[in-house]
Amino acid sequence: MKLPVLFLIFATHFLSGTAHIGKNVGNFFSSQHTNNWAVLVCTSRFWFNYRHVANTLSVYRSVKRLGIPDSHIVLMLADDMACNHRNPKPATVFSHKNMELNVYGDDVEVDYRGYEVTVENFLRVLTGRLPPSTPRSKRLLSDDRSNILIYLTGHGGNGFLKFQDSEEISNVELADAFEQMWQKRRYNELLFIIDTCQGASMYERFYSPNLMALASSQVGEDSLSHQPDLAIGVHLMDRYTFYLLEFLEDIHPASKTNMNDLFKVCPKSQCVSTPGHRTDLFLRDPGSVLITDFFGSVRKVEITTDAINLTEPIEQKQDIAVSEEQEKVQYSYTDQLPVSEIIHQKPKQKDWHPPDGFILGLWTLILLVFFRAYGIKHLKHIF
Amino acid sequence: MGLLSDPNRRRALITLLTRLNAPICVVCYMAGVAWFMGLAFEPFTLRTYMSENAMGSTMVEERFPAGERALATGREFAAHKRKAGGMPVDWLVKTLQARGLEVFTQRFSRTLPFPDENKERYMVKGTNVYGILRAPRAPRTEALVLSAPCSPGENNNQAVGLLLGLAQYFRNQIYWAKDIIFLVNEHDLIGMQAWLEGYHHTNTTGMDWSPLQGRGGSIQAALSLELSSDVVTSLDLVLEGLNGQLPNLDLANLFYAFCQKIGVLCTIQGKLQRNDWDSVSGYSHAVQTMMLMVMKQASGRPWGDHGLFLRYHIEAASIKGINSFRQYKTDTTTIGRLLEGMYRKLNNLLERLHQSYFFYLMPSLSHFVSIGYYMPAFGLLAAILFMRALDLWVQLTAPPLPPEEGAAHVKQSSPGVLSVLTPLVISHVTGAALYALPIHFQQVAVEHFPVSETEAVVLTAIAVYTAGLALPHNTHRYKTLHGWRVLKLVAVLYLAVLLGCTALINFSLGFILALTLVPIAAFVTPHVPKVLSAFVLVFLSPACTLLFSVFFFQELQEVPVSFQEGWMLFLSVISQGILDHSLYGSLVYPLISLLVYPCWLLFWNILFWN
Repeated sequence: MKLPVLFLIFATHFLSGTAHIGKNVGNFFSSQHTNNWAVLVCTSRFWFNYRHVANTLSVYRSVKRLGIPDSHIVLMLADDMACNHRNPKPATVFSHKNMELNVYGDDVEVDYRGYEVTVENFLRVLTGRLPPSTPRSKRLLSDDRSNILIYLTGHGGNGFLKFQDSEEISNVELADAFEQMWQKRRYNELLFIIDTCQGASMYERFYSPNLMALASSQVGEDSLSHQPDLAIGVHLMDRYTFYLLEFLEDIHPASKTNMNDLFKVCPKSQCVSTPGHRTDLFLRDPGSVLITDFFGSVRKVEITTDAINLTEPIEQKQDIAVSEEQEKVQYSYTDQLPVSEIIHQKPKQKDWHPPDGFILGLWTLILLVFFRAYGIKHLKHIF
Repeated sequence: MGLLSDPNRRRALITLLTRLNAPICVVCYMAGVAWFMGLAFEPFTLRTYMSENAMGSTMVEERFPAGERALATGREFAAHKRKAGGMPVDWLVKTLQARGLEVFTQRFSRTLPFPDENKERYMVKGTNVYGILRAPRAPRTEALVLSAPCSPGENNNQAVGLLLGLAQYFRNQIYWAKDIIFLVNEHDLIGMQAWLEGYHHTNTTGMDWSPLQGRGGSIQAALSLELSSDVVTSLDLVLEGLNGQLPNLDLANLFYAFCQKIGVLCTIQGKLQRNDWDSVSGYSHAVQTMMLMVMKQASGRPWGDHGLFLRYHIEAASIKGINSFRQYKTDTTTIGRLLEGMYRKLNNLLERLHQSYFFYLMPSLSHFVSIGYYMPAFGLLAAILFMRALDLWVQLTAPPLPPEEGAAHVKQSSPGVLSVLTPLVISHVTGAALYALPIHFQQVAVEHFPVSETEAVVLTAIAVYTAGLALPHNTHRYKTLHGWRVLKLVAVLYLAVLLGCTALINFSLGFILALTLVPIAAFVTPHVPKVLSAFVLVFLSPACTLLFSVFFFQELQEVPVSFQEGWMLFLSVISQGILDHSLYGSLVYPLISLLVYPCWLLFWNILFWN
């Protein structure tokens, strides 16, 4: 008697479990991405910008800890703080004062270093237009099922981000780069985080779908640094990234924390500036987006119920006999940047058209006034 | 028609100019003086702030522990100095080597043009000793300098002790990105000049020195330390350098920032800061501080060993420890920590200091007046000269008056170049004589008169100066009744250009000269009462300005002197000026003797035109 009851209890539990599993499986594929990439950029050099390198390295550390491998991370650091002559603790970059946390570690892989961090290189990495000799570690080899995390830090202003004291990237350029990525199907969803002064201006111009953006301060506000270390003599981190790092330290690969919690990181009381975010281009609800969708690398597995027959050899296609009659297929490059479609230019007029009525009228008026004032006898001086 | 091309309007404008010229000049003069006095009024000044981003705030941790040991080293240095009777070269070399630095010495010798009675030296021979702390990981492209002078007697022993203590402490740190050069120079400024000339491979003053064996890269900043007591009550910052050049204001800002952080009392011109700027005494205190800086800058002397660095575009300042009767004393460890903090911040520099002002006046250590604020004071005075020049031009191009007698009629029409050229040439020759004769003829003077060489030089200078007043400047043949106008026009424009150029380089000197010479230029004509104006002219001449400045300077430092002492001081100032010129290349004496004095003589000539 007890046995069937027990069996029934187990069965219901099992069935509800499978129902749960079914629901989980449904959630499992809700984000539709299969791989994760991260592009982490620090754009400032010089010793007193130590904190920007520490920012980027702390995000790198979190991202690596949550599972994204070095082969899927493009790390761009504009200056070498660990080996700077002024560093009293060489080969370290600290993010907490009293040297609690060394974010440099001993397995950092910097892909773009020093003067290689330029606007051109950054945009080439994003759009994939790199020369064939570029090694794989310097490429963003994402596809249409990649979720990409892009983190930028440095000195910025209203509508621009300064790269290395010599050039700037504008928010329009960035938006266009993301649109190129969308058109080339280089991402599934993209999370953009920026920690600079007036960072919100950088995501104002985005217009491609599936972009979510976070910034550390609004337009007109400065992002502040967190704490100086007196032994090293510089500010170690910026506030927003400091609290972001603290938040990420609590995340592990199986966390279910979602983006709404990320938006709450560093409120005005802690950050002094007002962090902002933009989700209108994102198709899913932010509450259903997990942090690990972008910061971690959760392997997705596609389960298929169809059997695949591996015993029969796959039919070879007929080799086309190479002969002189075979025509060479003419290839031509597609228009990579159809400017006229993007910018909606007026097409250039090929043939001459008579001048505008307004111009004609203006010249007639001028001539009339001239001859009225000076008399018709001056005509012969002109012609 | 336009304002200036319409003859009627032009005539009206010109009559307005001629009628109102004198009142406008007086108003401009008053306004210029009032503007200058108003510079020290605190609401018109700006608070100092750090401009250099790389230096940031004072967030370093200073850990220098060895103040007592530094004092012991200083006492050892004093003992060896007494034994050696000068600079204890071997002991210094051994000590610096023991601290792990690369040590080098430099010998130098110089015979002064005449004996220096203030410092009692004539034929100077000495040795500089310096040790270089190489940056552990950086290439040897940049350097910082810390120097302390080896002074005779019991002065500055603690400074050398602290320098050696800091050298030992700095050697143990790994965060230096620039080489640090620890320099002990003998015979203060002469030794420093020899070292700098050797370091930069120049020889501008004809000194004889041995070449430097070791070098550290281009020097970014330098500090000179003067400390003569075990404890101090305040630290004084000295900024004025050779020819009135000042270091970048960021160096003063750095010093002030660290003083506030560590809690040491810091002064400038030896005067403390006061908070009551709206009271009369507070304002006069600020004015006194500013006037001290103006006086020091105008003299063109380097007021500390740092003064010679500025010429090579190296920002440098001197820090003097002062021990007065105050309750709160600061010990050597704290001074060491202040210097350590300053050097750590200078270590962070990526370029030379250039973000802050190079031309400024400081009514107190926390407030400054930049060139944009103080130049209008001088501009108002220069405007007087231009008004006068316009007035003269108008008079010269006016239709000629009917001739009084037939004889004078011919001469009136063209004053002639010669009548202007002759006084010019004669005044400049007198100026050249004032420049060259005192030193050249000191031997002759010593043979014929019972005076020492220094006195001979100074008295010859005064004699030439006075003799210039009596020279006939012109012959009757070329003198016309109205030719003085042309000469005055030339003289006024010459003075304007001269004072303008001087004020750009050394504002204080230009302003003080303008204060006295511009009224002369404005009012002198042959028609004013001769005796009274002659007296006023001598009263306002450069030499008397110098005499009054000496008395005023002593008053400002609250050490007033009697007339005899003041006169002696005046003579020594003249001799120091001549010495500075030949030893370090100071430009004040040549400027006064070759350019300002001839200009003043032109006005003297105009006064006695008839």
